[in-house]
Amino acid sequence: MIAQQQLHFLLTDTVPSRRNGSVPPKDETIREDRTIVLKTEHLTRVVFGKRLVDDITIAIEKGEVVAVVGPSGSGKSSFLRLLNRLDEPTTGTVYLEGADYRQLAPRVLRRRVGMVTQIPYLFPGTVADNLRYGPRQRGENLSEQIIEALLDQVGLADRAESDVANLSGGEAQRVSLARAIANGPTVLLMDEPTSALDEESKLEVEALILKVVRQNALTCVIVSHDPAQAARIAGRAVMIKAGRLEKVGPAAEIGHVARFLS
Amino acid sequence: MLQDFFHNQWALGAAQAAASALLVLAVMLLARRRKIHLEREMIVALVRGLVQIVAVGSVFIVLLRRPAWTGMALLAAMIVAAARISAGRAKGIPGTFPVSLCAMAAGSGCVIVLMMLAGVIDTTITSLVPLGSMLIYNAMNANSLTLNRFRAEVESHFGLVETALALGADSKDAVAPYSAVSFRTSLIPAVDSLKSLGIVWIPGLMGGMLLAGTDPIYAAVYQFVTISMILSSSGLTSLVSSVLIRARAFSPADQLLLRPGASAPGGALSAPPK
Repeated sequence: MIAQQQLHFLLTDTVPSRRNGSVPPKDETIREDRTIVLKTEHLTRVVFGKRLVDDITIAIEKGEVVAVVGPSGSGKSSFLRLLNRLDEPTTGTVYLEGADYRQLAPRVLRRRVGMVTQIPYLFPGTVADNLRYGPRQRGENLSEQIIEALLDQVGLADRAESDVANLSGGEAQRVSLARAIANGPTVLLMDEPTSALDEESKLEVEALILKVVRQNALTCVIVSHDPAQAARIAGRAVMIKAGRLEKVGPAAEIGHVARFLS
Repeated sequence: MLQDFFHNQWALGAAQAAASALLVLAVMLLARRRKIHLEREMIVALVRGLVQIVAVGSVFIVLLRRPAWTGMALLAAMIVAAARISAGRAKGIPGTFPVSLCAMAAGSGCVIVLMMLAGVIDTTITSLVPLGSMLIYNAMNANSLTLNRFRAEVESHFGLVETALALGADSKDAVAPYSAVSFRTSLIPAVDSLKSLGIVWIPGLMGGMLLAGTDPIYAAVYQFVTISMILSSSGLTSLVSSVLIRARAFSPADQLLLRPGASAPGGALSAPPK
């Protein structure tokens, strides 16, 4: 019942004060708890002799939004896929709340480290079916109230019974985000979540991501090819080049460097 | 017509083989005109098929005087050969030969042994080997279709499979819809055979039984028995195959290894197993 308990705030008034209102400021100082939630240690992935991810060590604090920027093919997505163990590190590891993630069952790890992909792959069926998918893997059935609350968060209230085949790209990405949140994750990974959308939807989804991440007190790692977007969304950014960690610092500063390099 | 020219059975057989091969060559030429090049595969298949069946005919001359266990040994060898052929239908997935071998041994092997014990299959070599080979051949087709379709389904839905994994599904649940599709597809030929039995086709076995003087009704019922055995051995093979191949498509940490371009640099098959 972990997810149900974690999602219970959606139905109560005990929601963090940052829940309501417009997009909160991405001010790092509002985070009181600076516990390390996610830490990579010499994370490396070598494929056919090519170092896709090369010795990356970084610590991410609770509630932090970290952007991963860098040129095309630099290893940003490869790095992200290692964080929820969709790919296996060749060497190095990841610590989730202090525990080596190789000690966790993959399904437990992936429940705690959610992911939103560039293309919102939705399962055939209704929006509600998609939201129920993750919790159902653990034998939990999300109540209609929680589904409505989740959809309300992403601006899709009353769309629970809509067929996913009839959704626009922006709507599909919103469902994908709500589906990841429905699992009650601690960390949310996002791989270029707005790059497949038109300009209008892109800005809407971007604002929504920021709102949802703050409302749910999530720690977030977002891959973006757009340094300006990284600067808008994240407090901190890491720049990856040829698989290696080139620079870590405030998102605005790193975004400026990345823009210059690209 | 050919009978008028060839009175020796061996010469007549050679002439009939040549006539049927000519038809295949004609189809090959028609395909070639449409820029579909099947020459090499068809010629190899023709030569290989002829040599193999003549060799088996020769083996039968020897086997007729041998004890029943030699028939079982021959069927076991057939299962190994069928597994090798079938494994080639799922290139890109590691370990398809052991998967195919286990699936066909479990599918056709179990049905043959059970039916022998039940007295449905006669243990004489002349009955056991042709009937057993039919079951193995159809199990091979079912296995090839299962492997081929599973790979195609998973590769074309890899995004959904990885999404399911990322949401906390295990590998079994993540590919369940695609395993089901590959299983259903693999059984289409066997199910259609049973549906069309006596209406669209009459198996050669029935003709042989009638020529041997068997009661026509019994011969007809035995065709049903044969096709039912084919369906059960194909189904069992496909079930085992789809379970075993699923395990090969994922690493122990539930990472999908079977992705488009997975064997290329950067692909998933290069992920070191943990």
